[in-house]
Formats: sequence, C-alpha cells, structure tokens
Amino acid sequence: MAYLQLVVNGIVLGALYACLAVGFSLVWGVLNVINVLHGSLVILGGYLTFFAWRGFGIHPALALPAVALLLFGIGYLIQYLFINPIVTAPVLTTLTLTFGLDLILYNFMTVYYTATPRRVILDFGTVELGSIIMPVDRLFAMGLALLMTGILYAVLRGSRIGRAIVAVRMDRDAAALMGIRVDRIYAITFAIGALMAGTAGVIFAVVYPITTNLTSTFLGKAFVICVIGGLGSVQGALVGGIVLGIVESLAGQLVGPQHALTVGFALMLALLVVKPGGLTGIRGYE
Amino acid sequence: MTSRWAYGLFAIAVLGLLSTPLWGGNYVVRIAITIAMFSALSLSWNFIGGFTGYPSFATAAFFGLGCYAGALSQRAGIPMVVAWLIATLVAGAFAAALGAILLRLRGGYFAIGSIGIVEVIRLIISSWGSLTGGGDGLNVPFLTGGPDVVARTFLIAMAVIMLIVFAATVAIDRSRLGFGLRCIEQNEDAADMVGINTTAYKIAAFTLSALFCGTVGAAYASWAGYIDPTESFSILMSIKVVVMCLLGGAGTVFGPVVGAAAYSLLEEFFWANFLDYNRAILGAVIVILIYFLPGGLLQMRSRGLLARLRPSSQSKAPA
Repeated sequence: MAYLQLVVNGIVLGALYACLAVGFSLVWGVLNVINVLHGSLVILGGYLTFFAWRGFGIHPALALPAVALLLFGIGYLIQYLFINPIVTAPVLTTLTLTFGLDLILYNFMTVYYTATPRRVILDFGTVELGSIIMPVDRLFAMGLALLMTGILYAVLRGSRIGRAIVAVRMDRDAAALMGIRVDRIYAITFAIGALMAGTAGVIFAVVYPITTNLTSTFLGKAFVICVIGGLGSVQGALVGGIVLGIVESLAGQLVGPQHALTVGFALMLALLVVKPGGLTGIRGYE
Repeated sequence: MTSRWAYGLFAIAVLGLLSTPLWGGNYVVRIAITIAMFSALSLSWNFIGGFTGYPSFATAAFFGLGCYAGALSQRAGIPMVVAWLIATLVAGAFAAALGAILLRLRGGYFAIGSIGIVEVIRLIISSWGSLTGGGDGLNVPFLTGGPDVVARTFLIAMAVIMLIVFAATVAIDRSRLGFGLRCIEQNEDAADMVGINTTAYKIAAFTLSALFCGTVGAAYASWAGYIDPTESFSILMSIKVVVMCLLGGAGTVFGPVVGAAAYSLLEEFFWANFLDYNRAILGAVIVILIYFLPGGLLQMRSRGLLARLRPSSQSKAPA
C-alpha cells in the first residue's frame, strides 16, 4: 500500500508541475523561444505571495489574482520591449537573450530578498482516506493548480484570443493573412506564460520553501515536462507534469531522493531520441 | 582588416599573454591563464555552434568529463600530460557516441537535449561516490615548485592547447569539412541534397567541439588541485562559452579568441568593482550584445545599429 501513497503524492506534485510548465510550453510552442526567465518568474510570484502574506496578512488565494495580473503585465512588457525585435532570430539568440534578462532579474531578487528559503504556512491539518494520508494545504495547492490550468485550457479553446494563439502556433504566416496581429499575439502569449509562472510561484510558496536558488531547478523541471508531454499544448504539460511527478515520487523511494531528478532527466533524454513529439504525440515545431 | 594583419595581431596577443609572468604578479598571470582557457573552450564550441549552427550547451559536460578523466588518471599514478591526453580521448569518444543520437534533433530540442546531458552526467558523477568522491569532490596531486612555477607551467600549457585548437580551426575553416559545415548551417536539407554526408559531418564537428574541452578540463583539474561535480558541470559555464563566441563573432576564426578575452576582462572588472551586481551587469552585457552586435565584435558597424531596435522592421520578416 506504500506505493499507492507514493503514486498519490506523485499525482498531487504532478498537478503543480503541470501548472509550472504549461506557460513555458506555450511560449516555446507559439514563439519558438526557450524562455530561460521562466524559473525566476516563478520565484518572483512566490516572493510576492510570501510578502503579501507576511506583511499584510493577505491569504494566498486572494493574492493569486493580483500576482497573476502583475506578472501578466511584466511579461507583456518584457516581450514587447525586449523579445519582439528579435523574435524571428534562431533559438540560440533568443535563448541567450532571455538568459541575460534572467541574470538581471535573478540578481535583483537575490539582493533585495536574499536567498533565505521562505514559505507561507497554512496549517489545515491532514485528511486520511484508507491508508493514504494527505496534508490539506497540498490538496488546496493541487486544486488551485488544476483550476488555473483548466482556465488556461478554456481560454485557449473558447475565446477569440485563444483561437488566435492556437492559429499562430499552427502557421504564423497563414494566421497573419487571416488578419491576426502576430506581434500582439506573441506579446499576449508571453504574458500568459509569465502569468502561469507567477501562479505556479503562488502555489509552490504554499507547499514548499521558496528561494532564488531554486530558479534553475524549476527551469530544468519545465524542460523535462515539456519534452515528456509534448510541446505547446495544455494536455501535453498536464501529462508531462503528472508523469514526472509520479516518476520522481517513485524514484525517490526506490533509488533515493537524490536521484529523483536524474531519473527525470534520463527519461527526458530517452524520449527526445525515441519520441520527440512527447507522450501526447502532438508534433512540436522546430 | 586583411588576414595577414589579423594573424600578426593574434601572434602579438599570444606573446602578450605568455609574457605576463615577466611583468605582472600572480593575479595577472591567473587572468592570462583564464583567457587562454576560455579561448580554447570558445574555439571548440565554434566548431559545432559557429560553423555548423547547432546550439550546443554540452561544453560543460565535455569539460567536466575531462576534469574527472584527468583527475582519476592522475590519482592512478599516470603522468600529468598523459592524463590530459586520456581526458581528450575520453571526451572525444563520448561526444562521437552521443552525437550519433543527439544530432538527430534540431533547434530548441537539440539545445534542451545538450543541457540534459550536462545535468545527467553531473548527477551520475555526484552519486557515483565510490569512484568520484561524490559531492565531496576529488583532490588532484599538486605540481611541486611553488606558486610561480605552477602558474608559468599552466600558462604555457593552456596557451599551447589554445594554439592547437586555433590551428585546427584555421585548417578546418579552409577545408572541405569546414565548407560542408557552413552549408549545413545555412540549410541542412539542401546540404544533404547536394551530397554532403550531413550525419558524418555533424558528428565530426561535435567530436571536435568536445576533444579539446576534455584537454582543457584535465589541465584545469591539475591547475586547481581540487574538483567537484557542481563546479565541473555548470550550465552557467556552457552559456558563458557561448556568449564569448557570440561576442567575438560565431563562425569566424578569430572571433572566439577576441570574445573570450573581452568577456574575461569585463567579468574580472565587474567582479572587482560591483560585487553585488556583477550578475546583473553580465546580463546587461548579454542583452546589449544581442541587440547591438549581432555579428560579434569583429563585424562591428556603426550603420544600422539603431534600426535594429525598431520592432516592426524585423518582426515582419518571414520565419
């Protein structure tokens, strides 16, 4: 029965991972930009939540919309000012540029917040279902993560803007001919990516201690999830996130927690070679 | 600048590096060693990233493998220079085997795959404690003779490695292989159509990009006297090497050297003067580089710099 507990832990973690990776995946799929800033935006969201809770006693669930809106604005500005001028450049150029921007953001966060791990503590107790024990704050985090990912899915499926984003992802030139303003869609997509990163930050701050040292870990997980699940779709991020969550949870038990991430990366490399479209099989764009 | 002048200037610069022990203290010599080391790494990356146009971030993997292959050989009692040769072969063989798999990917997938390689090897090395000492790292036997002799020895060693990579770059730049790699960079499918064996060429470029990283890694391990997984396999280092090459001019013969020297000096200056904000300044340098020097320092032109910043001029270009 211990394995059942591990799988459940993995699924709860996986929902958080899906929320973490879906914005990164969307930006990569639509803009063909590997956004190295993503990890730092997650931490920024986490810090804003922590200081809102610590300083003003604002509950994370209330802080979430504000943080999300703020990061949407920041993302829109970053894309419009910095990335749009070179968005058609090769992957190497845009990756290097976002890396440069990441160094700047990371540096200022480390100086102003210091690297001390911080966590919002909401003690809700635990629930037990048969032999499975689960802290309620984790379930709360999982609920928020699934809610936000679901909203993103609904927006992409149902709204005019969402349909335009999907159209640009499929064929940017054809989308432009249909009257879609591609540069504006790019900015909005990047802004949504930042919004989801901030959301993931809010959610992680409730469950895990947040520190700037985690930015590259979060970024690495986003890589792995994107490749496992398939690029640029919400379903892909959800599948990739849950698979990585379960794999890390089981690997942590079977071969030791220090190897959990190795197994994730090894799985990613294997899938890159065997099935570059990811488990959901939706083909990526180069 | 005619190429004879360029080679002359390069020779003067190398002599300048080698002469640092005569007029500077150990601090200056250390900077000279760093410049020679990163020049060699940047020239190596240029084979795959510059000539061939594949965004590889695996430099740190090859460097780290070289560190460990060299250190373990030396600890087994093998003489230092032989250990460096072993490290060179280990890195090269690893890249040749890996290239056959990884080079099937293109663009962002290749970039992510190469980052994944660095992470996986780092994690394997740090968990294989019985062989590699795990997270505690490894001590490497020190050279005897005091700090001055050690610094001079490694300055000459790194400069020689750099000159070997440079000579290889010049030779490949003028060869059939170099021509084929440039074709792949421009359009791989077209290169394949006109009869270039793209798979073999790409593997050759990837192996070349790894060989000398292995040598540099082993030499670094002997110089530093201590290695650990976190420092040997750092993604930041891969990215630094890429930025150096872009700064000087990717795909050119002299660009990687110019970029490595300029970047190392800038970094040293920022560390010394702006301790808290050195990363942010580094980031700003990268951002400025991407906008204002897209062809690198060697292709600097004042014309058209501001035109690049207008979003409309480029975002409408076909993908």
